[in-house]
Amino acid sequence: MCCLSKEKTMRVTIDADALRSDIRDKSVKVLDIRKEEDYKQGHIPGAINFPLSNLLADDSPDKVVQYAQSFGIDDETPVVVYDDTFGALASRVAWTLQYIGHEDISLLDITFGTWKKLGLETSVEPPSLGKKTHSLKLQPEILATAEYLMPAKEKGAVLVDNRERLNFLEHHIPGAINIPYRMLASNQNVLRPKEELKRLIQNRNISPGSEVITYCGSVGTLSGLGYYALKSIGMENVKLYVRSFKEWNSLEKPIEKQNDANYWDLSAE
Amino acid sequence: MSKTSLSQSKPDNLPKPKINWAKVEESEKFAEMVKLFRQGKINRDDFRRFRLQHGAYGSRMTDDYSMIRIKIPAGEVYPEQIEKIAELSESFSIGNAHVSTRQNFQLHWVALEDVSEVMRGLTEVGLTSREACGNTVRNVMCSPIAGVCPDEIFDPTPYAMAATRFLLRNPMNQSLPRKFKINFTCCEKHGMARIADIGLIPHKVEVNGKSQNGFKIFLGGGLGAQSFVGHHLEEFTSDEDLLYTIISVIRVYDRMGNRENMARNRMRYLVNELGWEKFQNIVLKERAVVRATQSVVIKLELDKTSEVLRKVSISSEMPSHPTGFPRWLKTNAVKQKQPGFSIAFLTLESGDVTANQLRIIADIAREFSAEGRIRNGFAQDIVFRWVRDEDLPKLYARLLEAGLANPGALTMASVIGCSGTTSCNLALTNSHRLAKEVQRKFLELKLDEDDDLRDSTIKISGCPNSCGQHEIATIGFYGGGGRLGKDMYPLYTMSLGGRADEKAMLGLICMKVPTKRVIPTIIKIVEIFKSEKRPGETLDSWVHRIIDGNGGPNVKSLNDIKELLKPVVVAPTIDQDKDFYVDYGNDGSYHAKTGRGECAA
Repeated sequence: MCCLSKEKTMRVTIDADALRSDIRDKSVKVLDIRKEEDYKQGHIPGAINFPLSNLLADDSPDKVVQYAQSFGIDDETPVVVYDDTFGALASRVAWTLQYIGHEDISLLDITFGTWKKLGLETSVEPPSLGKKTHSLKLQPEILATAEYLMPAKEKGAVLVDNRERLNFLEHHIPGAINIPYRMLASNQNVLRPKEELKRLIQNRNISPGSEVITYCGSVGTLSGLGYYALKSIGMENVKLYVRSFKEWNSLEKPIEKQNDANYWDLSAE
Repeated sequence: MSKTSLSQSKPDNLPKPKINWAKVEESEKFAEMVKLFRQGKINRDDFRRFRLQHGAYGSRMTDDYSMIRIKIPAGEVYPEQIEKIAELSESFSIGNAHVSTRQNFQLHWVALEDVSEVMRGLTEVGLTSREACGNTVRNVMCSPIAGVCPDEIFDPTPYAMAATRFLLRNPMNQSLPRKFKINFTCCEKHGMARIADIGLIPHKVEVNGKSQNGFKIFLGGGLGAQSFVGHHLEEFTSDEDLLYTIISVIRVYDRMGNRENMARNRMRYLVNELGWEKFQNIVLKERAVVRATQSVVIKLELDKTSEVLRKVSISSEMPSHPTGFPRWLKTNAVKQKQPGFSIAFLTLESGDVTANQLRIIADIAREFSAEGRIRNGFAQDIVFRWVRDEDLPKLYARLLEAGLANPGALTMASVIGCSGTTSCNLALTNSHRLAKEVQRKFLELKLDEDDDLRDSTIKISGCPNSCGQHEIATIGFYGGGGRLGKDMYPLYTMSLGGRADEKAMLGLICMKVPTKRVIPTIIKIVEIFKSEKRPGETLDSWVHRIIDGNGGPNVKSLNDIKELLKPVVVAPTIDQDKDFYVDYGNDGSYHAKTGRGECAA
């Protein structure tokens, strides 16, 4: 049993066919991370609405355990999360649940928009929520803090900035490399196929055993997706700097910039 | 097959790219070379040569990012290719692409480690960046209206394609003294035949009562720190001799061109040093040898299949009276030689276009163009051809929705700006942004509607190296720095009277204009012109009348124009006007900073 559940945690993403069959078996809890008004217009049958703003209002571990319990999620419940924001918001929620010790959690490999475009079933029915008990087993090895970054980097950790290229050029944490979140997705899926992601990482000379810390602009959504992209190709030692550049900047830590170039003026927006 | 896979429903009568320019193994090799370079196993110069050969420039102040130049032979590009470029720009670049003055697409600020991925993506749609940079034969250009131009003798496009097919990856031209440019035009009016290493204009003669296709060929033209107008090789070069001529010119240049002095190794310098007659003789002799000694008869593979035009059916809704349509129609559309069809020009600010706009452009090509594709133009623009006249209002409405309906494409309002300090190592000023600012001002003042300005141009380079083609502009600018006391400010050297048509000449330098006075200066020139012009005269023809020494009583020479402009260009002190000392897109005071140029690597 233990081995089985371990194997399940390796399942970073789940495809629509598998989710539909799990929903029919009632063996899964599905979390919809979109805004309430969008959720009310229609959602995946049985999905529970958990807007990201609710989580961000208080993402302390105790509060997150309370949320899980109120959704009827216990330690063994398989959970699938989805959003309509290329998987970034869903990733942030998935990571948070993982951080409090929930092991069986996957991202739906498409967004809700794609789900609808495919003509798959949706519902406006509210789901049934039975309260369950969830334990709290913090997983500090997947969290990076501002204090942790530089010492880790000196020991060889790779710092990955998942913001868009122009934002990265404008300012970033010293020594970080840029893997914009848009690089991670394919046309249809929130994450590229594994062999493509592996190649992108290999091209950067990052070895599978490296420690990697992802961060983004403010709340760890884009970098949450970056985190799961790396997990999906079997990298073990990945951490999310969840407070990201916003905190780094407010702490007035050193910042690096691509100087003497007016790259913003290349944009047609 | 899972039920949950998206199938794209697109019309099935869409034309597919005819020629696959790509080679997938080149992307794998590139990825391997980047790793070796990063591990220090290849030296910087060797790697740079390799990188450039494969179409990746270094970026401003850093080799960690590349500008990838995607070759678009003859400017012809298909919807699926445009969509792929959109996707690649989002994944690996800045979510924007850039249309260059030589019909390429460029993706800026791509991480060196991702260049191979972009190349891989390009191979999926038959495109390549191979030999888009470096000392090679660059993208073979062809007039974007070739085939539909009312003034052309025949369509040169198949020749441009065949020349590309012959030259791409040809061992003969992998290591030339310097880059080499070939431009085909449709007619004397439209094109750049006289500012290329080899420029070609379709021409026809009667031989023994039989009509024979061929070209007027111009050699040794080109813009740069020192620019030259090309020389006419011979009265008529038959199409059978075309390939022999191209080979001969490249061989002569390869053998005799300057490989020592990077600043003087374009072919135009060789022509200049030898003198035209001598160079001409060498080329003609070489051609006789080439013709006689080729062991097999080589011929350009001309695609002679006639184009099948699709029936277009427009599904776009149209608002009953799209605002601004008459203005757009006047300044952005012209009739084709084929009755009932029009050419529509899409002007982009300094050639920049977002990924989303590219997708819309691809859709529009499918929906509105009977040939189902587009051409990149010569003016950082995009051209839809084979649009039915009656569909133009709907086309306009679609463009308007996408923010792509700027008027003035065929007027002075369509300003060229090279990449400048946005990405280029050599740039001294942000010419890219300045071009956008000038264009916006022109449209705001509705100067695009002024027929007196229609045939004039403004072109801006960020340094003396002419990527912004300032020397063939009616009003041209190249960037530099000026100083008042100890304070530096950005400025441009302004030239007047340049043109690239049959009366091709390089603009004459008039004066230095501070960056923040460029717009007032242009507006003042228009004002002076308006008060001086004779009936029916355009800005361009007025400038040439003055250059030819036939000015009016008030403005006799360029010097008189300079005098009238003097009050506009006076430099204030930094305390009087801080902004004067700051280039566009910057916060702090101007300082001239450049890195190593790669054009010459």
